Amino acid sequence: MDLTYTPEEQEFRARLREWLGKVLPVLPPKPSPDDWPGRRAYDLGWQRRLHDAGYADVHWDASPTMRLIFLEETEKAGAPYVGAGFVGLLHAGPTIAAEGTPEQRARWLPPILRGEEVWCQGFSEPDAGSDLAALRTRARRDGDDYVVSGSKIWTSHAEVADWCELLVRTDPEAPKHRGISWLAMPMDAPGITVRPLKTLAGSAEFAEVFLDEVRVPVANRVGDENDGWRVTMVTLSFERGTAFVGEVVACRRVLRELAGEARKNGRWDDPVLRRRLGRLNAEFRALWRLTQWNVSEAERTGGVPGVGGSVFKLRYSHARQELYDAAADVWGPDSLDLDRPWVLDRLSSLSYTIAAGTSQIQRNIVAERILGLPKGR
Amino acid sequence: MRFQLTEDQRALQGGVRELLARRFGREELRAAVDAPGCLDRALWRELGAVGFFALRLPEVQGGVGLGLPEAVLAFEEAGRTLLPGPLMATHLAAAEVPGAATGETVVADVGACGLVEWLAAADVVRGDAAGAVPLRSVDPLTPLHRVPVARGVDPVAVLLTAAEQLGSATRACELAVQHARAREQFGQPIGGFQAVKHLCAEMLVRTETARAAVYAAAVTADPADIDTARLLADEAAVRGARDCLQVHGGMGFTWEFEVHLHLKRAWVRTHRAGDATESEENLAAELLAQPI
Repeated sequence: MDLTYTPEEQEFRARLREWLGKVLPVLPPKPSPDDWPGRRAYDLGWQRRLHDAGYADVHWDASPTMRLIFLEETEKAGAPYVGAGFVGLLHAGPTIAAEGTPEQRARWLPPILRGEEVWCQGFSEPDAGSDLAALRTRARRDGDDYVVSGSKIWTSHAEVADWCELLVRTDPEAPKHRGISWLAMPMDAPGITVRPLKTLAGSAEFAEVFLDEVRVPVANRVGDENDGWRVTMVTLSFERGTAFVGEVVACRRVLRELAGEARKNGRWDDPVLRRRLGRLNAEFRALWRLTQWNVSEAERTGGVPGVGGSVFKLRYSHARQELYDAAADVWGPDSLDLDRPWVLDRLSSLSYTIAAGTSQIQRNIVAERILGLPKGR
Repeated sequence: MRFQLTEDQRALQGGVRELLARRFGREELRAAVDAPGCLDRALWRELGAVGFFALRLPEVQGGVGLGLPEAVLAFEEAGRTLLPGPLMATHLAAAEVPGAATGETVVADVGACGLVEWLAAADVVRGDAAGAVPLRSVDPLTPLHRVPVARGVDPVAVLLTAAEQLGSATRACELAVQHARAREQFGQPIGGFQAVKHLCAEMLVRTETARAAVYAAAVTADPADIDTARLLADEAAVRGARDCLQVHGGMGFTWEFEVHLHLKRAWVRTHRAGDATESEENLAAELLAQPI
């Protein structure tokens, strides 16, 4: 067991740090959270800078440890998040890289890496959430096109996306996992209506997408017809890999800021609160070690993260909510003031035990795929 | 960064597991419960012979010359099988007390909460055991005395205790899963019911998070890492045993089934390294100590 980094990894970190030190001070100001075109331009601009500096494909080609270092260092330096690039860089891109034809890879991957095109995700439906394979959006073959009708939900960045990675039902007669296909749908196609959804935090972070006879070329299908479920699982395993590295680093910083705040406002004198923060320190330190363990395991087994990601997500999503509940204890009545920092973060932390597989679904995954307990409800 | 067991570490883990399965299986565990306070001196010498106590002693001093990570793996296995005796005290005394390294001498330590484990069976006691009073120990496999003067606790003891807790938590999860697969009610294995399978999943989550913390502390020996390991491993062991008991239903409440031994030993270990609040306070203070 070794927690030291190789000379190569250390050099990668040093070069990255140096570059971040140069580039971050000259970034344009961050757009307001409601300014979607501004956010798109800002996030793509950052990806362009990463591309020009040689970091564009850090999520794909770099070793898991290099990726860990990249995410750790960018978070520590306060660099922009992946933002609008999320689906392209972390879902659709890796799927196309793994399952696409040479033509598909050549068409879609370079614009993702250069920060030119934004992707969104059309997986969940109003009646297909945890039971994703029950999705009903129908794609009917008509010549060289599929004609797609249905509706998708929880689609982030739908308003500003160029492409949507879309799961559709191509065979309604087949068992539910075997009649699904994966399509790249151009978001400017006729028949698409995007309706923003307001979250409990008061902002429109995602949208409903209605599809009415939308024509998508058959050439835009990645993988075989009716093989979309397997293709999708490739994508989801990426989502549960190193996705939270930056966030754990951020939580540890928030925790230190909270301790400083508590010391200033006198709450630190309460031993119950102090010990609660001490326990949270243990929690996030352990989560960091678990990240390092999972990354090392991915390194050993050749890259694709396994179900260990579910173990991590269960513990992390809960810890993040605990962190902001403790924060509310530190701030007292200030925790009711939306103009205070972190109050919106507290609200958004409520999504962590739901998004990307609820905690209940994650427990099923852990119990059935790691512990080998029988399927059943 | 290669934060995984090396081949040698796997081999050591497998070797200790194999030895303990052979020498301290179910029957020996039962026998130990039926003869409280009796230490198996032959097994103790055997542990000495394979280097359990001399594991971290340099080779020039007749030791095995390995480090904390290897010791953590060995103590994890001990925790897993509920191996009785003052293993920790004897291991920590290997360099100082003649015969401790070989298993000839059994050593007891005055602990941080003023408790002494295995005082009557020990040849040597470290710390002030004057005025020791026996108490009727809740754990049939750990005889306890109370002493008036507590002793400062060695961080290595905190870490190795956490390793034992980790082994115990791992075992409790395995036992719960075995039972949930085999036991049928309402015409199906109870592990098919989400209420039961989610208990098992949470046991694994706590165990694997604790594992990362304990192994990392073994590599760094950093005080904050050790406090972290201790808090996570205590939680994994105590709650793991509780949930394992729950999954077993009425059988879990019997003397016959071993889960109560895991729970009671886990309770004893939570006191061995001093109060948990101390670790919490240390980790709270650490938040202010380092720059943001």
